[in-house]
Amino acid sequence: MRKKKIRKKHSWAGLLFILPSLAGVTVFTLIPFADVVRRSFTAAVTGAPVGFGNYRTVFANTAFRLAASNTLRFTLICLPLLIVLSLALAVLLQNLLFGKNLLKSICLMPMAVPAASVVLVWKTLFHQHGLINALLEKAGLAQVGWMSSGYAFGVLVVSYLWKNLGYDMILWLAGLAGIPTEIYEAARVDGAGEWRCFLSITLPNLKSSLYTIAVLSFLNSFKVFREAWLVAGDYPHQSMYLLQHLYSNWFRDLAFDKIAAAAVVTAVVVFALIMLLQRVWETD
Amino acid sequence: MKKRIRNFIITFLLCFPAAVIVFPVLFAFSGVFMSGYELKQYLGPVLAGTEGMARWSLIPQMPTLSPLTALLIDSPQFFVMFWNSVKLTLGILAGQMLTGVPAAWGLARFSFPGRKLLYTLYLVLMLMPFQVLMLPQYIVLDRLALLDTHAGIILPAVFSTFPVFIMYRFFHGIPEEVLEAAKIDGAGNLQIFLRIGIPLGSAGIVSAMILGFLEYWNMIEQPMTYLKTRALWPLSLFLPEIGLEEAGTGFTAAVMMLIPALLVFLGGQDYLEQGIAAAAVKE
Repeated sequence: MRKKKIRKKHSWAGLLFILPSLAGVTVFTLIPFADVVRRSFTAAVTGAPVGFGNYRTVFANTAFRLAASNTLRFTLICLPLLIVLSLALAVLLQNLLFGKNLLKSICLMPMAVPAASVVLVWKTLFHQHGLINALLEKAGLAQVGWMSSGYAFGVLVVSYLWKNLGYDMILWLAGLAGIPTEIYEAARVDGAGEWRCFLSITLPNLKSSLYTIAVLSFLNSFKVFREAWLVAGDYPHQSMYLLQHLYSNWFRDLAFDKIAAAAVVTAVVVFALIMLLQRVWETD
Repeated sequence: MKKRIRNFIITFLLCFPAAVIVFPVLFAFSGVFMSGYELKQYLGPVLAGTEGMARWSLIPQMPTLSPLTALLIDSPQFFVMFWNSVKLTLGILAGQMLTGVPAAWGLARFSFPGRKLLYTLYLVLMLMPFQVLMLPQYIVLDRLALLDTHAGIILPAVFSTFPVFIMYRFFHGIPEEVLEAAKIDGAGNLQIFLRIGIPLGSAGIVSAMILGFLEYWNMIEQPMTYLKTRALWPLSLFLPEIGLEEAGTGFTAAVMMLIPALLVFLGGQDYLEQGIAAAAVKE
């Protein structure tokens, strides 16, 4: 009872601590976002209300369909790939006796590498006469137009994996560290092998980490635009034309009505995903 | 013994992905010490469309510092852009410290009506991609006449809720008893925050700053959208402008941009890992 009183007494002081930050968030994000929601229902030039007209325009737009399906395809391919690879790395690394820290540093390093710093490297690697094609030629294989064909999508996937593997590995290692070692010891006493331990103890215990990692990886996937833009510019091969390209091109054309509707749609999708995550967090 | 052998095999196997991961960085570094002539020999097919295929050697045949001196002495542009990057990054981090640290403390250690709602709001905003906020922020910056200024890049980023969330996790972990003891000794809210909260949560503050540094040093979308004047650009926008024709300058400038980030990474790796992991553990 007394504890409750103390808390109540201090309650508004907490808000004072938050106030400067909240004021900034309100001015720079909340109010303008509300304005954008309003704009998404009006015409760009006249400001006349158009109902869901802008949304219909966006969904009917072929560039939007291409970009949305590419983005979806990218997510569906990259997320499982990244999650499984980083888990494998984390599990292997966790049990290492030597070289553990060095390998961890190496895997995490791409996170610190600015996209702009490796853009020349990417360009020399994936150029028509670049290093990868040179290797292919030496091996007697056919050359590939990396940036000018559907393979451009693959380049994007590789960039994303390169950048995020270490980050996800650290997230998995945090999850792994949370599993009590006694469970493993008990299982070993009962004669369970490595593989059996992994399937019956490690995987089930990592379930709550999985959701967090999936959501964070999904959100980091938006940042792959940096690599894509740096390597291929505003209008890359159509296989790697993502929603991010489309939005920044619309923005340059001042198509504010379309962006407003598209931003609201994206926000709703992201918001739904976060709510899903929170429910998962709360239920277990 | 068997365990050691298995360990050795795993380490050995992991060396392959590790080598692939490090390669681009080594590549960029080796380009710095190559003369323009050597670069042309290797990359001619890529740069100038000469016959054959590109080659590379991670060890320059005739190491030279000439591209480095050329960049540092002959291109004042580079310094302007480098300084712009420093200014933007440090400005953002300083602002985040001033507003974000108290906000994280307020969210983590007090209970008041609406706290839960605020927490959810901050979480949602932290996870919104730039593309959602691009137009809203443009509208504000336009109203405040901050478009095409450094302040217009710094201010919205200062109020990013990501660092608040990271620091929240660390402040939340401080045991209640420590604060209770201070309260009994008559310390006020502000004193508790400054004397106990900040020192005990310093790991979280450092984590948030390191994650922030790596993020904003690499910032591309915001300056690309809001900065029209080239003289205001950070390095991250300037580098892609250096075409393959000036590969010597390109590699050197790339590495100059890479070095501060690598130093921060190496110096703060433990904090960085803690900061990443902070998001993974549920409340």
